[in-house]
Amino acid sequence: MSASVVYALAFYAATAILVIGVVRKIVQYAKTPAPLKIPTMPAPVTQGGVVVRMASEVVLFNSLFKSNKWIWIFGWMFHLSLLLAFIRHLRYVISPDSFLMPIVGFEMVQAFGKYAGFAMLIGLAGLLARRIVVDRVRYISSPSDYLMLILILGIAATGMMMSFVNHVDIVMLKEFMLGLLVFNIQPLPSDIVLLVHLTLVIVLMVIFPVSKLLHAPGVFFSPTRNQVDNSRTKRHLAPWAAELEADRKPGE
Amino acid sequence: MADFETPELQEYTVVPKLEEGTMAHVKSFTAKPKFQEPLGFPGELVDNWEEAVLTKMDDLRTRYRGFQVFLDSCVKCGACTDKCHYYLGTKDPKNMPVARQDLLRKVYRRYRTFAGKFFGALGIPGFVGAADLDKEVLDDWYSYFHQCSQCRRCSVFCPYGIDTAEISMAAREIMDSVGVGQKYCNEIIGKAQTIGNNLGLPQPALVDTLEGLEEEVEEDTGVAVKFPIDQKGADILLVTPSADFFAEPHVDGLIGYAKVFHEAGASWTMSSHASEAANFGMFIGSYDNMRKLSLRIRKAALDLGVKRIVFGECGHAWRVAYSFLNTLAGPFDFLDQNYPIPQHICEYTHDLIEKDVLKFDKSENDHMTLTFHDSCNVARASNMGDKPGGQIDIPRAVIKAACNNYVDMPVDTIGESTFCCGGGGGLLTDDLMEIRVKGAQPRMEAYKSVVDNHGVTNLAAICAICKAQFTKVLPYYNFGMTDIVSVHQLVGDALILTGSEDDVEAANSDDNNENESE
Repeated sequence: MSASVVYALAFYAATAILVIGVVRKIVQYAKTPAPLKIPTMPAPVTQGGVVVRMASEVVLFNSLFKSNKWIWIFGWMFHLSLLLAFIRHLRYVISPDSFLMPIVGFEMVQAFGKYAGFAMLIGLAGLLARRIVVDRVRYISSPSDYLMLILILGIAATGMMMSFVNHVDIVMLKEFMLGLLVFNIQPLPSDIVLLVHLTLVIVLMVIFPVSKLLHAPGVFFSPTRNQVDNSRTKRHLAPWAAELEADRKPGE
Repeated sequence: MADFETPELQEYTVVPKLEEGTMAHVKSFTAKPKFQEPLGFPGELVDNWEEAVLTKMDDLRTRYRGFQVFLDSCVKCGACTDKCHYYLGTKDPKNMPVARQDLLRKVYRRYRTFAGKFFGALGIPGFVGAADLDKEVLDDWYSYFHQCSQCRRCSVFCPYGIDTAEISMAAREIMDSVGVGQKYCNEIIGKAQTIGNNLGLPQPALVDTLEGLEEEVEEDTGVAVKFPIDQKGADILLVTPSADFFAEPHVDGLIGYAKVFHEAGASWTMSSHASEAANFGMFIGSYDNMRKLSLRIRKAALDLGVKRIVFGECGHAWRVAYSFLNTLAGPFDFLDQNYPIPQHICEYTHDLIEKDVLKFDKSENDHMTLTFHDSCNVARASNMGDKPGGQIDIPRAVIKAACNNYVDMPVDTIGESTFCCGGGGGLLTDDLMEIRVKGAQPRMEAYKSVVDNHGVTNLAAICAICKAQFTKVLPYYNFGMTDIVSVHQLVGDALILTGSEDDVEAANSDDNNENESE
């Protein structure tokens, strides 16, 4: 079996694990009731306010900023550059005549995505250094916590090598990726750096739904952040809690 | 006085280097069968407890979204590691919020996640932060989940809002369900459910105490301020922590509420059936027990035919009242919908101040310079008024209406960042004195800074636990045990009662002033 076929099958499997795994967790979170109002106060008193609060958490990492400026700067740099790099990578999977192509192909988008790699390395290195140097963070770290950072560092480093040092045949790569989308396996460039890059990405996809990377969907379901402070004016009752009320007689 | 060293206060709180195991020996007394069984818990550790622990954990995961999300979402970033007063005061790493959560999370990961099962089968569960459940783990749970005051300071600073209080409540509920309960909480819940209050004071004792207070106030002011109880047809039901009936400085707060009601001309009553605002059901994470206690308040309100419910000064009681009461014991469609249901006594007094109904002689409090200790459950788990942050502004507004000298403690130790008193969450028991004293260190440091730099003499609070805790721990740090005062004690002392000697004097001096100006 050629490397192209192995990677194609691995990508399909990883995608299935990622999508099914994350969707299952999201369904679990969505279906589980939050029986009590527990927003961390002061909290917004309107649904619109909750959207603003959640946005400030997801976009700016507001609570983390209040907590620790070092973790915030490293963490925020890493996540923002991850987003930029992700957008840059879309050019490998959207067809040249897609309406998105002009946006993704825009030079600024590509340049931002390219140089974001440096910010990503700095952010990840900072987080890793804290994990090693700060006694409190070292105490709470398991081998998997270090390895996850190293994994993403590996992805960023191999990606940057291909951007800045050792260019790969991206036309061929794009044909492989576009082929995957229509179940038509095309040859994959047999560049070792690319193969390492893709292998690490596949590992990341597989561990996502069974690891702390679930913080990504999790934050949106966090009752301390997504609940409206309106408990006095609006009665909040979970289905299982409503069932308990069968023991209350009328007038009681 | 004690077999541990009281920490030395610094000018500001320094994050210590960790020292493993410094607090592993701290074990609150466990509950005997006679305190466990009435609450629906097994009397002692059940035979198949490992399995029962996992079953209960699964039950909670399907009923509490927060619990499930918090178990999955922690990335071990370390943001919370220096936020807990118990870590800051003890240096024990298991008192870091994330490490405390991990005591439970590692068991969840081991038995309920693919990663934990996989590496567990390989014999290296620790590789992914998982661990086998054994007696040692259970002992750690008992130790460290009773070194958490559920104050939620960590949840303010967590990027995902992970609230260790939710984890420690779940852990306590799991332990109760396998027969390992805490004596302090469970004995108290039993008393509140049978007698009506945490102290087990029966109705005649309450009547007697309140009559004593009426005499005392009348002697003091010359005004017949009433302390009604079980009075049918009153407009307002006051539900207050039972410590208010006799403990110092709590009782001075109760006198303050009574004076405010008197001055407002309100018709009010307390209830012997619901003579307790505190709800320890929350501390043990038991929805059932919390609900039973809340329904006593509903019943009292219905039986007495009141139109409004007002809560006295009590932190976690206000959390249960503000955030949960409508859920647990609502709907309150039989009460007057023109007022908040329920209302905090500070909201009630603040309203009267805004309407200019109350007259104060602030100089009565001039012998003090005050600061305000934001109680954790008020600041981070409830609100007052109708705008975010009212729980922080309104008590201060009430204090400032009654006092001339007020200074806030450093900004990172108040409001949403407030440090717990060290005795909340079911820890206010003598068998936990060491953790209570050490956990108070950050608050004491903040207090010391305003004592030293701004001449502050007293600390006001609106929580029965904070008041009792400070009375005990202030002397450990060389402050006076009477430094702690009730907010409504300040109100009561400065309030000019119509017809009192002060009122007559004030009226006379007004006349004099008018004469002079003529």
